[in-house]
Formats: sequence, C-alpha cells, structure tokens
Amino acid sequence: MSVDVLNPEITGKVLPRANPLSKLFAAVLITVVVMLSVDWVSAGVVLVSELLLLPLLGISVRRLLFRTWPFVVAAIVAAYGTALLADKTGRVLFELGPVLFTEDSVNAGLAIGLRGLAIALPGLFLLASTDPTDLADALAQWLKAPHRFVLGALAGMRLVGLLFDEWRTLGLARHARGVAHEGNPAARFGNFLGQAFGLMVQAIRRATRLAVAMEARGFGAGPRTWARESTFSRIDVVVVLVGTLIAALAVTAAVAAGTWNFILG
Amino acid sequence: MGSPITARGWGWRHPGRVRWAVRDIDLTVEAGERVLLLGASGAGKSTLLHGLAGVLGDQEEGEQAGHLTVDGVSPADARGRSGLVLQDPDTQLVLARVGDEVAFGAENLAVPRAEIWPRVHRALDDVGLDVPLDHPTTALSGGQKQRLALAAVLAMQPGLLLLDEPTANLDPAGVIDVRDAVVRVLERTLATLVVVEHRVDVWADVVDRVVVLDSDGGILADGAPSVVLRQEGTRARLIEAGVWVPGYRPETPAVSARPGADLLHAAGLAVARTRRGNAVLDDVDLTLRGGEALSVLGPNGSGKSTLALTLGGLLRPRSGELAARPPLARGAGTSPAGWKSAELVSRIGTVFQEPEHQFLTHTVLDELEFGPRRVARQDEAEVRRRVDPLAERLRLTGLLKANPFTLSGGEKRRLSVATMLATGPEILILDEPTFGQDAHTWAELVALLAELIHAGTCVVSVTHDRDYTAALGSRVLAVDGTSATLEVAA
Repeated sequence: MSVDVLNPEITGKVLPRANPLSKLFAAVLITVVVMLSVDWVSAGVVLVSELLLLPLLGISVRRLLFRTWPFVVAAIVAAYGTALLADKTGRVLFELGPVLFTEDSVNAGLAIGLRGLAIALPGLFLLASTDPTDLADALAQWLKAPHRFVLGALAGMRLVGLLFDEWRTLGLARHARGVAHEGNPAARFGNFLGQAFGLMVQAIRRATRLAVAMEARGFGAGPRTWARESTFSRIDVVVVLVGTLIAALAVTAAVAAGTWNFILG
Repeated sequence: MGSPITARGWGWRHPGRVRWAVRDIDLTVEAGERVLLLGASGAGKSTLLHGLAGVLGDQEEGEQAGHLTVDGVSPADARGRSGLVLQDPDTQLVLARVGDEVAFGAENLAVPRAEIWPRVHRALDDVGLDVPLDHPTTALSGGQKQRLALAAVLAMQPGLLLLDEPTANLDPAGVIDVRDAVVRVLERTLATLVVVEHRVDVWADVVDRVVVLDSDGGILADGAPSVVLRQEGTRARLIEAGVWVPGYRPETPAVSARPGADLLHAAGLAVARTRRGNAVLDDVDLTLRGGEALSVLGPNGSGKSTLALTLGGLLRPRSGELAARPPLARGAGTSPAGWKSAELVSRIGTVFQEPEHQFLTHTVLDELEFGPRRVARQDEAEVRRRVDPLAERLRLTGLLKANPFTLSGGEKRRLSVATMLATGPEILILDEPTFGQDAHTWAELVALLAELIHAGTCVVSVTHDRDYTAALGSRVLAVDGTSATLEVAA
C-alpha cells in the first residue's frame, strides 16, 4: 500500500478553505486553555463544542472512530487509572476489595479523560482539514519561516511516503533471501535492525538524489517567489472567533462552577 | 534561445578517489544543437551532465580541471539556464500536486507570481500532460511522471535541456511518450539538448550529433549519428564499450527448451499486493516446468511484479489455487507461501529489480554463502561445493572481499543472481533483470540464464524486453488490464 503523506484525505467543505494559520491559532488556543486546568467542566465545555462542530469535518461516525480510537482508549484508561489512584475523599460510590471509587476520585478521573479527548480533537480538526502544502505556504509567507526549511520539510515528507513502500519491498526482498519473520524474538529483532539499516541506506540515497534534483531546479539559490498566495478570508475571522469563544466559554463556565483547577496553582 | 556549451580540458574527480570520473573533455556545442552522449558504464556521462547542470558542488565536493561553460559562464552561476531530468521518476518530484511541481523551479528563480501560472500551463501543454493542476503527483504513471519532470524544468525556460537516462525505467509506451514530448519541446523552444541513454535507437533519429566518451578520458567519437553509428570503426568501438547500437544485438547462445517435470501450477489465481487489498490480476492459469523460460510482459502497473512475488512464495494468493507439484514440493507442503525460509530458498529464488534491496552482509563472499550456510544450514563441504564454482562462473572471484554496495551496476546484478543460485532453486524469478543494463551486462545475463535453463531450471522474468524474451526462447504471458493470457509460442 502506497502511503501518500502529502495528499491526506481532506474532508468537509468549509474548514479546508480556511487559512492553516487561523486554524492553527484556534487549535492552539483551545488546547492551551484545556491544558491549564484539570477539571471536568472546562474540558466538558470544550469537548461538547468540538463534538457539535464535528459535522463540519464531513466524516462519518465510523471513520471518525477509526481515526480516533487510540485516543478514546487512552482517555478511558487514563480516566480509570486516575479514579483508582486519586485521593479517596468524598462519598464512597463503589467498593470491592482493594478497588475503591469515591466521588472525588471519580471526578478527577472524569476530568482527566475528558481533558485528554478535548486536547486530542483540535489536532484532528487541523489534520483532517489542512493540506501540508498550504500550511508550508502560510508559514513561509506570513510567519516568514525560512523557505529552505519549510520546503525541505515538505519534500522530506514526500520521501517518508515513498519509504513506506520501500520498507515493504525490503521485507519481501529479504524474505526471498531467506531472512524471515520466523525464529526466536532475538533473531526477529536482529532481522528488524537489518531491515531498518537497509531502509536507512535507501533513504539516504533517495534524499541525495532528491537534493540534486531540487538544486538543479534552482532551489536555495537566492530569493524566491511563491506561486500560491496564502490568503485570509471571512472564514478565517469566523474560525478565530469561534476558537476564542470556545476557550473563553470553557474558562468562564469552570470559574463560575467553582471547578477551575489551575495546574500550576 | 538555446545555450551554447564549451568544455576545455574539463575533468572532475570525486573526493577521495584516485581515478578521474571524467577528464580531458574538449567539446563545443552550438546553441540549439541536439547531442546524444554515449559511453561505456563508468565513462563519466552522468558526471558531465551534472557538471553542465551546475550541481557537482564546490571544491569540497570534488576536484575540477579545465573549464566548463554554459552560455559563456560557469554552470553554477547559470542556474536556471539548464534543466536536468533524471532517471528515477520518484526521486525528482518535490511537491504533492502537479501544478505546484511545475511552478517550483520558476518560484526558485523568483519569477513573479502572475507570470508563473501561464508558464505552468504552457509547460504542461508542451509535454502533453493533460491532468488538472491539483492532480496528485503520486497518482501518475512512470511515463507521466517523467513528462511532469520535463515540464517542471521547462517552466524555468532553460536554454539547455539535460536528460540523464530519462526513459530507462519506463515501459515501451512511456519511452515513446517521453521522447516525443522532448522533440515537441525542442521544436518550440529551440533549446540545446544533451541526452544520455543506453538505448540509442530511441534517440538516434532525433539528435544531430553523437558524442562518445572514452573510458580512459577524452572523446572517442563525435559526429552525425549516421556517421558515428554506421561507420565500421566507431561502430565496432561502441559495441565494444557496451553501447546499444541500433541494429545490433549481442550474440547469445541458442536455448533449446526441453520442458521437464511440472513444478508449479496456478489455476484461477488472483493476486493482490496486500492481504486484503484488491486483486490486481485475476484468473491466471499457468504451469511452470523445469528447463523452460516464461516472460511476463505488459504495461507498468498491470500487476506483473505482484504476480511474480506470488509465484515466488513471497505473497499469499488473493484467491484461486497455486500449488507446488511433488518434484518441487519434495515433502514441504503444496503452498509456497507457507514454506519456511530454508524450504523456500532451496526451491524458488526471486531476484528483485534493485539488487541492493537483497544485500544482507558486508562482503561478496558472505553474501554468496549466506543462503547455503545460514538459511539452508548445509555443512562446510557442501557450502564450498556450491559457492566456489558459482563465484568462478559469474566472475566474482576477484571481488570476494569487496563490499556489495561498492560494486558496479553490472556486478551488483551478477551478485544478486548468484546469491539466489547458491541454494540451487528449481525456479528462478527475476523482476526487470535488464532495466538500464548496457549490452555487455545484458549479454552476460542472457548467457547465464540460458545455461540454467539448459540445466533444467525454470526461469520466470517480468520484463518489457522483447529481445531478452526471444533470446531465452521464452513462452510469453501477456498481462493487460486485469487479465493474463499465455501467447502461443512464435
């Protein structure tokens, strides 16, 4: 299977049209606010807002779960672990041998779980709606990121996609030589290292060729222009406003409910 | 307008090497001339081309002798005046979308935005690539990728086009597409052309001039194609250098196929690249017998390689039957994909297109001994009995201490075949064994395989090479779309 890292599946209609920088701003703002406090109200407000906005991404619930299940599992595990280990204060809700849940420990677990999900989702919004090339354009044109770095990273990402194929071919090629996925764990690990080394050799070779091709096309010679103009539109105003609104709402609700629990405080 | 080239006693030596990659080059190419650059492997054709493109680097990256100019200035100062297209379609594309890829060079030359897009459309038009600007570059075929690479240098409006074996990795249809695109471009832009290519017949009618580099430095022959390629003296020297001269095919021993026992039988076989992926090829019916050759022919991307991997026991069939007959199975079960490594390597050997993918050790000798000793676990006497004659026959005895990665292209190819033969498989499968090979390596490979077939091995090749197929007296399995049909022997 070929993995095209630079052409991810972009879904939805509205968000892909927003400038990557405004999406980045909104995502970072929301993430920071959720990270500042461990409480279930601020995390819950953010999570509910995010869930309400999910239709904008235009992906089905099934695909969404497929893409996010590791986060969901991690959040549940974290919530359970916290509820199990947090200070056992407040009313006892459940007790069975050494397993003891109290009101406060369950609250703490809930906060950790919701917070994990609320932090993960803005990243999903950004990834699912942003083309890496657009992001590179925006970073270089608006934030004046050095073009050698931005375009080098972009070209590097393309190579990563090719290396997925290369890894598969290497595995088959080595299997044909009799290096197989059989034998004891040590032999398998040795085989893995050998294949990784082979991949590294090929990666360096390809990267060198790509660098020559880029240099031959005048890359890095001097000032350059940008064929694609990175622009902002009314959508970006809305994205930034909605992001700010969610962040503000989360803080206000948590403070009003008396649950705001500043991590450094 | 085309850019003129001058070279005066020019040479280049890579750092840490004793031998010059290329030297004593005296050459004048007029603006708009079209030059085919030939020479034996290692004669320095690519180095000269890279020198003209200005990408060889500065003193730290090598040592230069004499002078080389494009448009009267050093190539490194004439960035953008020349456009270089390389052999591998996958490692010269930079961006994700077709339009952006073409615009990249113009952006680097600081062409104003308003001027870039007309240039992009013009360039795509010139090479006849009719896809939307936001088409993913990864979704193109090899021939389309090479035409895209050509369009990408055209957008810089270069006066000099430099093509380094641009069609070596393509199927026959792709080769013609790329060649025709180049001709169209030259007619419009009047750019100077320097092209390096083993397969001379593709370019002989297109160029005005053939320049042959001498492996010992300097220029061996220089003149009109009709003169250089047909004159007795130069023709003989080109053949001696391993160049594919039109109308010449290296002599190879005749193969008398004497079909032996049935080895592997496929019925209604469907193959897929991944376990749950879509079948790329359906309904293949086939019997492989000892002492015969089979060529799998068809366009790139038609599932030929996947079929080869499946026949080689490296991929599981998607559906249908693939069964080893008793003379091949010898008690190891009927499904090749289910065999243990030691069982597989002594029954079926698969030689991959890129020899380096299969190198596992640090010396040629270890490489040859790996199969018999470490996989098949044979005793020392048996290992010697197999490896020593093999090294002798494939002319690897002088290289036994060398690192496989440092060998030449032809040597790597010989070694990769030898490593498979070391465990004595009944079936040998080769993926594109003749891609980019000069005539010497080609002839050597054909002779070796003919010998194997004569000795009772079954040789299966995925290839575009009709000459190779004919030289081995192969049966032909023609793959097209998702179906595969056995052609009746001609």
